[in-house]
Amino acid sequence: MNNETMQMERDFDFEIVMGLEVHVELHTKSKIFCGCTTEFGGDQNTHVCPVCLGLPGVLPVLNKQVVDYAMKAGLALNCEIAEFSKFDRKNYFYPDLPKAYQVSQYDLPIAKDGYLDIEVGGNPKRIGITRVHMEEDAGKLVHGGAANLAGAEYSMADYNRTGVPLIEIVSEPDIRSIEEAVAYLERLKAILEYTEVSDCKMEQGSLRCDANVSLRPWGQKEFGTKAELKNMNSFKALQRALEYEVERQAEILRDGGKILQETRMWDEAKGMTISLRSKEEAHDYRYFPEPDLVPLVISREWVDRVKATLPEMPHVRKERLVHTYGLPAYDAGIITGSKAMADYFDSACKAFGVDTPSGVEADDKAKERAKQISNYMMGELTRLLNASEFGYLNSPVTPENLVGLLQLLEAGTISTKIAKTVFEDMFATGKPAKAIVEEKGLVQISDEGAIASIVRDILTANPSVVADFKAGKEKAMGFLVGQAMKATKGKANPGLVNKLLKEELEKL
Amino acid sequence: MSLTKDEVQHVAMLARLELSDKEVEKYTTQLNDILGYAQRLQALDTANVPPTAHVFPLQNVMRDDCVDPSMAREKILANAPDEEDGFFRVPKIV
Repeated sequence: MNNETMQMERDFDFEIVMGLEVHVELHTKSKIFCGCTTEFGGDQNTHVCPVCLGLPGVLPVLNKQVVDYAMKAGLALNCEIAEFSKFDRKNYFYPDLPKAYQVSQYDLPIAKDGYLDIEVGGNPKRIGITRVHMEEDAGKLVHGGAANLAGAEYSMADYNRTGVPLIEIVSEPDIRSIEEAVAYLERLKAILEYTEVSDCKMEQGSLRCDANVSLRPWGQKEFGTKAELKNMNSFKALQRALEYEVERQAEILRDGGKILQETRMWDEAKGMTISLRSKEEAHDYRYFPEPDLVPLVISREWVDRVKATLPEMPHVRKERLVHTYGLPAYDAGIITGSKAMADYFDSACKAFGVDTPSGVEADDKAKERAKQISNYMMGELTRLLNASEFGYLNSPVTPENLVGLLQLLEAGTISTKIAKTVFEDMFATGKPAKAIVEEKGLVQISDEGAIASIVRDILTANPSVVADFKAGKEKAMGFLVGQAMKATKGKANPGLVNKLLKEELEKL
Repeated sequence: MSLTKDEVQHVAMLARLELSDKEVEKYTTQLNDILGYAQRLQALDTANVPPTAHVFPLQNVMRDDCVDPSMAREKILANAPDEEDGFFRVPKIV
């Protein structure tokens, strides 16, 4: 037992054991077995046809892009790709499933035995991936006469989503804390975004997460009875639901009670998990091979073809930013944590003339520029994006415009302080920095004669402060600099103000 | 191998079939006859035979990722027992 485990043992009386099941909608144009569009939204039941409704006599045909994407995701998660794979029917009755079975994969999934590396509190950990399989999505239900299922008098089905391709990614029960669960989902989302197999929009349901949660006394080998949590549609929901569920189970166990194996739904509004049904009565899916689809035989050439399309993965990209530009590992981790943000950084480096091939260490000047880009992104830009409806993909300040601002700073045309205001204007208007600086007359005053004259005026107007300074009060200097900046509306070059103030004070 | 009445009840429940005691009796007998007949396959040596995934000697039947027009909603809903506002309306679920 290592120190970290001992620490956790002291903090909490049970060991948490979790595995996540993540469903991801693949970013294809058409559905998995028919030509209906996968476009999100659309009027209810306008993206449906006899195939996805499962009307009698139809024959589904597999979308090749789905296989390529599923394979790509599997490879990105370090899985083995099956040489032989097939589809199966999972049978159950629910009104969002018009065929009364879901076409899925049971015993021969397309990919298995992979892993994903996470880091929590600076400690690396490998989480096993049991399998990645292909399946079709179900439709959506709207509940009539009530906000949720429980109180509804009737329900209404929209089958637009029925047959949208999904992959389900099942982790091993290797997750031991809520932080690890969140880190796993973040890393998984980043990898999938990098592979571009999905848009991973949790708010639109294209990435959905279920969790199997159980507790056991420290030192016990056997797993405790698990509950399966559903309906966690954001990272915040995942975090809150797990916190609630872990505490719920701990309380039952402390009182000597038993955990029921059941499915529980996270209720965001109530802030609690609610039992949906007990597992023992419910599920007997009677899987059998799907007779309407023939098996897949996957050649090594096919796998290699898909492998060749894999992009630079987040951890490789992170290492590159650290090695090439000397960025701190933390900053590089944040930037490469989302593909859009990493792409933004690379575009900005290019615009600033510091893009450097992988494996080469940039010179000091290039490193400084990259650091400036990184600082602006991690600070101001992320802050403004988070407070807006925009993201790194469609930022009002383009990478080129950010570099335009940094160039003005580098040339001493504007001060750091003014740059911050200009940046906010750029964000609000989408205009380049230069245009805003010219429009508003924000060019930094770097004319020694002009600043010297202002400095002399300030010294004349503040004899007592000057006397304080002469008496050894260093703080008085700060006040005088502040006065000079105020007199120039922040446009005076602060370095020059300091230098000239010192010179003038010495003369007195 | 022999099927019990409880198993017949369970399968009926999964298929949402309501069976009378007499029917359970009848189907238990019939299903056991069928299973008994199929049982003859157990006599074959299948040690070196891979499980059959499909009865046709076909593999990798796929289509390109192209969007085709969907079906008009009026047609889709024409056979629905009940509809509302473009949705299929279904009875109370729980």
